[in-house]
Amino acid sequence: MTSVLLQNAVFGLLLGGLYGLGAVGLSLVFGVLAVLNVAHGELIMLGGYVSVWLFTLWRVDPFVSVLVAGPALFLVGAVLFRLFFRRLVSFAEDDRIKTSILIGFGLALVLQTLAILAWGADERAVTPRYAGMVMTVGNVVVPLSRLGALALAFLVLGGVHLFLTRTRVGTALRATADDEQGAVLVGIPIGTAYLRAFALGSALAGVAGALVSVSDAVSPAIGLHWTLKALIVIVLGGMGNIFGTFVAGLFLGLAEATSGFLLGNAYREVVGLMLFLLVLSVRPRGLLTRS
Amino acid sequence: MTGRPRAWLMIALGLGVLAALPLLSTGGVLTWGFQVLLFVALAQSWNVLGGFGGQVSLGHAAFFGLGAVVTRMVWLSGHPLAVALPAGMVAATMAGVLIGAPTLRLRGPYFAIGTLAVAEILRITVGNVLPEVSTLSAPALAGYTLVPRYLLALMAAVLSTLVAWMLTQTRFGYGLAVVRDDEAVAEAVGVNAFRHKLAVFVLSSALAGLTGGVFGYYHVSFYPQFAFSPLWTFDALLITFFGGTGTVWGPPFAAAVYLLFREALALRLVELHVLVFGIVFVLVVLAFPGGLVAAWRAFGPGRLRQTHGS
Repeated sequence: MTSVLLQNAVFGLLLGGLYGLGAVGLSLVFGVLAVLNVAHGELIMLGGYVSVWLFTLWRVDPFVSVLVAGPALFLVGAVLFRLFFRRLVSFAEDDRIKTSILIGFGLALVLQTLAILAWGADERAVTPRYAGMVMTVGNVVVPLSRLGALALAFLVLGGVHLFLTRTRVGTALRATADDEQGAVLVGIPIGTAYLRAFALGSALAGVAGALVSVSDAVSPAIGLHWTLKALIVIVLGGMGNIFGTFVAGLFLGLAEATSGFLLGNAYREVVGLMLFLLVLSVRPRGLLTRS
Repeated sequence: MTGRPRAWLMIALGLGVLAALPLLSTGGVLTWGFQVLLFVALAQSWNVLGGFGGQVSLGHAAFFGLGAVVTRMVWLSGHPLAVALPAGMVAATMAGVLIGAPTLRLRGPYFAIGTLAVAEILRITVGNVLPEVSTLSAPALAGYTLVPRYLLALMAAVLSTLVAWMLTQTRFGYGLAVVRDDEAVAEAVGVNAFRHKLAVFVLSSALAGLTGGVFGYYHVSFYPQFAFSPLWTFDALLITFFGGTGTVWGPPFAAAVYLLFREALALRLVELHVLVFGIVFVLVVLAFPGGLVAAWRAFGPGRLRQTHGS
């Protein structure tokens, strides 16, 4: 009994790391631009396909594909920002958020349909040689590929944290998130800051997608699933703190796994959504207010 | 309204043609007509809330699905449709009260995301509780004809369009327009914003439930979970934005264009129409927030002016 619970908890934590990584990009974009890109999950899906294709064509290891998926989605993000989201910058904040949800929703449909047209609707998976390998601690089994994905997710978040706190460009992004007018006044080109934040957020989605492909199947339809996870994590974890988001991701993974164990796996998804509504109903503006 | 007899004549004529369509044709055209009318009702039910009420809900599929599944279950358990359809509508209406009251207190983007979360909870739960495909029984299948389904869809489309039109004419509709445009102003002039929003949310849910009921009565076999698919919400949004949010005649025109496109493109590739309309949707949101109706007013002969809510 306890060992089953423990086993569930371990799987939950391993998955939760990916939830955290998936949410950080969305949180960064929302924090800096006040744009809620609900097509974020579709960007994760695209990152997954980068990894799937590199593996299918040249047997590239999914952990190596991260190095391609990140930059590739950085470019996609830059293009999407230029084409669509840049126009929202002149909107008042409430209008900007509302309109960005609608645009993200349209983009989600477009990206999902493009993926179906390009690659078909089937699930695809990456099967490196170490796919089935596990480490056993006591009675608990830890799949190595998932453990590696969690470790890499943590490393990437550390890198993003250093970038945001230790570099001039990163500081400019944080300044824009804290106080847009103040950022303009001290001479930060916020148009560029917006572009960088959006592209960086998309790159993080790409990295998350490649890591998702390590342990889960990729299909055009997974976008909404990951967008919802990211939204739940952001509401649980609050804004602006990368490690807070990561911890919230771990917490969601753990909560899902435990409730899956107690209520049956069919309801594990529902629990996260319930948590999300609960937090929102206690704090109607969410924990995710821009300070 | 008495000053525009020509418009009324045209509406009466259009309705007459639609009602007589089953006499004139069968099969393909009638099926297409059914689908257009179903989507008119679906889009209009969203338009009432999202367009006239200004509350962008992403959980519309929940009420459509409830109407579809409840109507279907009551009907298949042997009750007449005259009981089943109201039952589905009542279920959706009650869900509208239960879901609307808490979610409408959410601000800004959280209403949209909150309603999406509620709809997903329902979709997953329905998939778990009713995993089996729902197929018509042999006697029901033997007595199946398209004409009553078509006429029901026509009724739902007319009713929901009538409700939208009423919102341009009534005191409640004016109050709602003020709430949509500025809640602070609404409260200042004595309009209770929350009550107006909840009332229109429930109204929209009831109409979506009715539309779902028609779908549940029409479809030969479907998985209950399918009626809760977010695609129903997406279709309603696409059509409403394409036609023009908060307009009476935009969604009906857009629904016809949407299904015409879908028929034409589906011959080549099933998904192509989603791609085309997804792009059109984004462009409309960005560049032409008024949709087809605004374009018509700007460039057309101006026959459709005065359809806006405020």
